[in-house]
Amino acid sequence: MKQRILAGFLATLLCAALSGCGGGSSASGSTGGQSTGGNSPVPAADSITVGISQDLDESLDPHLTVSAGTREVMFNVFEGLVKPTPDGDLIDAVASHHEVSADGTVYTFTLREGVTFHNGAAVSVDDVVWSIERCADADEGKSPLVEAFSAIQSVKATDEKTVVITLNTAESEFLASLTTAILPKDYDAQATAPVGTGPFKFISRVAGDSIALERFDGYWGEKPALKNVTFKIFESGDAMVLALQSGALDLCAHLTPTQAAQLGDGFQVLNGTMNLVQALYLNNAVKPLDDLRVRQALCYAVDKQQVIDLAGDGTGKPLGSSMYPAFAKYFDDSVTDYYTQNLEKAKTLLAEAGYPNGFDLTITVPSNYQPHVDTAQVLVEQLKAVGVNAKIELVDWSTWVSRVYTDRNYQSTVVGVDASSMTGRAMLERFTSGYGKNFVNYANAEYDALFKQAQLVSGAGDDAELVNLYKQLQENLAANAANVYLQDLGDLVAVRAGLDGYRFYPIYVMDLSGVKAG
Amino acid sequence: MKYAAKKLAALLATMLAVSFLAFAAFQVVAGDPATDRLGTEATPQRVAELRHEMGLDRPFLVQYGSWLGGFVTGDPGQSYSGGPVADLLSARLPVTLTLSLMAFALTLALALPLGLRSVRRGGRLEGAVNTVANQFLMALPPFFTGILLTWLFSILLHWFRHGAFPGFGADVGGSLWYLLFPAVALAIPRVAQTVRMLRSTVLAEMDKDYVRTAIARGNDRSGVLYRHVLKNSLVPVVTFLAQTMAEIVAGSIVVEQVFNLPGLGRLLLTSISGRDYPTVQAIVVILALWVVLANTAADLINRFIDPRLGGART
Repeated sequence: MKQRILAGFLATLLCAALSGCGGGSSASGSTGGQSTGGNSPVPAADSITVGISQDLDESLDPHLTVSAGTREVMFNVFEGLVKPTPDGDLIDAVASHHEVSADGTVYTFTLREGVTFHNGAAVSVDDVVWSIERCADADEGKSPLVEAFSAIQSVKATDEKTVVITLNTAESEFLASLTTAILPKDYDAQATAPVGTGPFKFISRVAGDSIALERFDGYWGEKPALKNVTFKIFESGDAMVLALQSGALDLCAHLTPTQAAQLGDGFQVLNGTMNLVQALYLNNAVKPLDDLRVRQALCYAVDKQQVIDLAGDGTGKPLGSSMYPAFAKYFDDSVTDYYTQNLEKAKTLLAEAGYPNGFDLTITVPSNYQPHVDTAQVLVEQLKAVGVNAKIELVDWSTWVSRVYTDRNYQSTVVGVDASSMTGRAMLERFTSGYGKNFVNYANAEYDALFKQAQLVSGAGDDAELVNLYKQLQENLAANAANVYLQDLGDLVAVRAGLDGYRFYPIYVMDLSGVKAG
Repeated sequence: MKYAAKKLAALLATMLAVSFLAFAAFQVVAGDPATDRLGTEATPQRVAELRHEMGLDRPFLVQYGSWLGGFVTGDPGQSYSGGPVADLLSARLPVTLTLSLMAFALTLALALPLGLRSVRRGGRLEGAVNTVANQFLMALPPFFTGILLTWLFSILLHWFRHGAFPGFGADVGGSLWYLLFPAVALAIPRVAQTVRMLRSTVLAEMDKDYVRTAIARGNDRSGVLYRHVLKNSLVPVVTFLAQTMAEIVAGSIVVEQVFNLPGLGRLLLTSISGRDYPTVQAIVVILALWVVLANTAADLINRFIDPRLGGART
């Protein structure tokens, strides 16, 4: 009987296989020579499919984008007057040249010859002025779309090639905010059919499923080697790995070490960093975490390297404060080992604070970020050694944003905090007291004073002193154990063998313009 | 007539209750669409503004009423994550519908002959093997079978390319071929259950007096089986198959994740985690309608098989 059942199944499958093969091969004809039957699927020379883990924002208008995942993809489509490089520098993009006045308040940009939008229109000074004014707009008490643009006094086109931006006061990190996309002025379909000046142009989107880009042959710079790039959404990481193995995907970023290990020979796994600060973030306003000794005890109880090894297979980089190494200029490596694991010291500190037998701690973790969940599990074990009885509470992302981030109704949480722009301010302003995004309720008068001073120094254009102050701010966070700092997570990118040229950036983007079949 | 009216009323009441419960569930869980959209850009002030803009600051019953009003008049509203809900659904409904129907057809095509065969050839050893195999297959969760099928047919044999569902718009044949594998994953435990159900119902019926009498009067066993027993065993089996339809739909939510199919199930999960109420509401109502319709169909078929059922009620 059993054999008959099996035979029945196999016969059915075989019939289906025979009848289905026709469909399969016709599919391969229509997708440009990607054979479906071969033993080792090789990507067509100029088309690749990239797996991403979530859908993009509803609006693809880059000025309105809020999610990092959307910026990551659309980096290929848009450019500002300047654009970031993999080394963390800024180079001219839509502008070919820029000058800053001696007092740091007047920025003069000369537009690059022959830059056109994806719809064929040449970029004019009007487009540039409009794009910047749109993001600086602070009417009716709204906060401007680009926060740093609140420093702008005026934007003017002085001739057909030149745009002059005048600031109220100098701001040494201002240039980094001019990576803001330049968009055509009179174009109202930006949300659904975005048009920019980047190396790839937007072709189509199927909500919840995929986004198709194509090489922009009118690009001013070096044209990409790839002709077609399709981003396909896989909410399930396991399904993403299966799709890599089956040949449906050619490139995926942000894999876990376990997933990367499953891939085998057909892939090259590149190891970069995620450019974020992963920490056990502590709500500094609730008991017992409002006591410096308790927070320091937690820092002494934790062994960062063990977290990195156990939860991330050793791919992360240890951190000691709210800055990651890609900020080469500001990153202060001397605070990385501010606390090294010392259980006796931790116990003494706890006893001094009135908790000789430890206490109960809830760690709220967003369940959709496996690295954070894994990290929290290691932390629970480490904290046990000093009598802290930690318990993990898994919540979905939406709950995390509302309860932890917005309402600050939590004890501690493991997440990664990144920078929206390549400025030290983007990392450090968060911890000034009373700031809207200070979700750990850190309140330290010395920190506030240092940050204020940093802004003044930045206004005066004194870069060396700014670096010095930013380092002091990092040290302040470490000394006061604002959080239990852990690591900059490793970023594993799987690239199908035969493709190369993928580059990591110090910000959260996925640049495909350099990828080519090697 | 009275029967039809009663059925319709029950159907509407069910849909109303389901949609209300789904709506109410979101009032209980933490998180809301405004904070989800703003993500880490959220500040209490911006959240409050957006909530007002989205109408989320109105009382619960008012929100439900306005949703219901729109839905009844054919406008399920705007998704919080992109475009009209109607567009999102119309793109995904065909995938889930085809997948479920394929899985159901496979279940029928395999379970009925296998079930009858297991009744007719009732050897002891075969019966035991059958039971073990049956228990094993019944316990296979579709997501696990899905991973096994992918490993075997996609990664080892390259019969299909996992993750590269072409879509009905691009390639109908290729899409059907791709859907066959998740359909098999969904069907396997259902086949096993239906075989067991059919077997036990038929065997119970075979023990009845009229069957013994019929055989004693010289009718051959298989004649009695097909002419009398089967007809009398069908009513519970048809009812069971309606449940099967419901479970296939539920299973497809998980299987769509495994095979990365752009269907209703995947949309439902992303909409729930994004607190996209209008989309979730519409999907829940559609799935509920589906299940209720399957049950109604089973009811009608049973009345046709056994007219006494209808007679008893009207």
